[in-house]
Amino acid sequence: MFVYADNAATTSVSKTALDAMIPYLTENYGNPSSLYAFGQRAAEALAEARETVAHYINAEAREIYFTSGGSEADNQAIVSAARLGARKGKKHLISTKFEHHAVLHTLAKLEKEGYEVTLLDVHEDGVVRLEDLEAAIRPDTALVTIMFANNEIGTVQPVAEIGKLCREKGIPFHCDAVQAAGHMPIDVKAMNIDMLAMSGHKFHAPKGVGVLYARRGMVLSNIIEGGAQERGKRAGTENVAGIVALAAALKESCDNMEANTAKIIPMRDKLFAELSKIPHSRINGSLEHHVPGTVNMCFEGIEGESLLLMLDDAGICASSGSACTSGSLDPSHVLLSIGLPHEVAHGSLRLSIGEYNTMEEIDHIIETVPKVVSYLRAMSPVWDELEKGERPHLI
Amino acid sequence: MALYSDKVMDHFRNPRNVGKIDDADGVGEVGNAKCGDIMRMYIKVDEDGIITDCKFNTFGCGSAIATSSMATELIKGKSVDEALELSNKAVVEALDGLPTHKILAEEAVRAAVKDYYDRKGIAYNPEDFKETDDEELHKLGEE
Repeated sequence: MFVYADNAATTSVSKTALDAMIPYLTENYGNPSSLYAFGQRAAEALAEARETVAHYINAEAREIYFTSGGSEADNQAIVSAARLGARKGKKHLISTKFEHHAVLHTLAKLEKEGYEVTLLDVHEDGVVRLEDLEAAIRPDTALVTIMFANNEIGTVQPVAEIGKLCREKGIPFHCDAVQAAGHMPIDVKAMNIDMLAMSGHKFHAPKGVGVLYARRGMVLSNIIEGGAQERGKRAGTENVAGIVALAAALKESCDNMEANTAKIIPMRDKLFAELSKIPHSRINGSLEHHVPGTVNMCFEGIEGESLLLMLDDAGICASSGSACTSGSLDPSHVLLSIGLPHEVAHGSLRLSIGEYNTMEEIDHIIETVPKVVSYLRAMSPVWDELEKGERPHLI
Repeated sequence: MALYSDKVMDHFRNPRNVGKIDDADGVGEVGNAKCGDIMRMYIKVDEDGIITDCKFNTFGCGSAIATSSMATELIKGKSVDEALELSNKAVVEALDGLPTHKILAEEAVRAAVKDYYDRKGIAYNPEDFKETDDEELHKLGEE
């Protein structure tokens, strides 16, 4: 059985999105910047997609900028707010310890340029505290950038409260909503969000297309210079087919959000319930504030990459925050940010499910994971020491 | 291209000589859990100094398990002197290459041999068995 349980990494393109984009790869391949009617047909599709995206986050079409993806949108939002702040002598940026690297690495770059960065704690439950944010805000704070939902552990942040506080303080608020868009309701007006990033391929659009929402009045700095596309803020001939697909996929995901959530939650809950029966395991991140499909757990005494390879052999696609899978020697910064010791974080497993998964697939995961964990524990000297009491159990 | 060679995957899926030797003549353990891999090597040595049996326990990623497995194959039936000649490079070559940061197989074998020398009271030059420093290994891996 093949089970794709890595929907937080990417998703398949939905039939709706594919059908919507095909005509813009085939018969309507014109350049939207061209004067003639053939090009203008593409421009109309672009305008319509912009309206659609704006509608589903309660924004205005002119506030929607199409990008190459979530990372570009995050980069542009943060750099723009930083430049804007610097003009007013404000060079302090606030974020959290467990943001996506698209945010953290952009902040690190700005830090080298002389900005000051405060990264808020996300505590054991993976949720930022409003009082921590309030205490971190300074007169020279130029930006607050906090994600909607965490990509590894799925915890949802108090976005509306953060937005309200930032608006009261007059500080721009950027929200990396890559894991939430299409999966949870987003209302940029009600939530007082000034900028927001989305990535199409996380909700069944193709890879390579994303959205930056920037509230009217937020002056964007260009990351890519060139033509006058996207109100002069993002040069380059538009990825028309991708953009059309993104709008169609977002519409489909949002229109079916309730039904999808109702389908995903029981599958997720079953995974949590059954996999928690594995001794010395733990669930990572608050379940109270959680995106529907993400399951993140640790199993003591084993290492995540070997777990993934074994699961792959059983047809299961999943991910882990172990050092080997991150390509560095440290486990995931997200797992460390919620206070997990290194040795526990190395044994993490993320399963992220979507509406295309079935209960049969979930049962296959539930049947496979305990076997693999036992197998790896049997050859693990760490588990041996834990069992003999030579090493204290941490979970 | 797959992340790992077929040989690595074979040794990962069907690791040779997994387990423990209760009456081992030497046991070596290297690495630490914090860094995400620990390798424990058991050797049984006969009176001629030949490694007649060798088993391992490993906590770590796919390459850690595969290199452990390959190392046991490479030293089994060899003399302890030959085992000490085993290099991580040789293990990696035998596996058709590895993309990994650090490899502990050589260190694990050396640690097991040192333990064997200690138990038997066989003299050796301590300089040849300096404690492996994980930080050092990390640096080596990054080069």
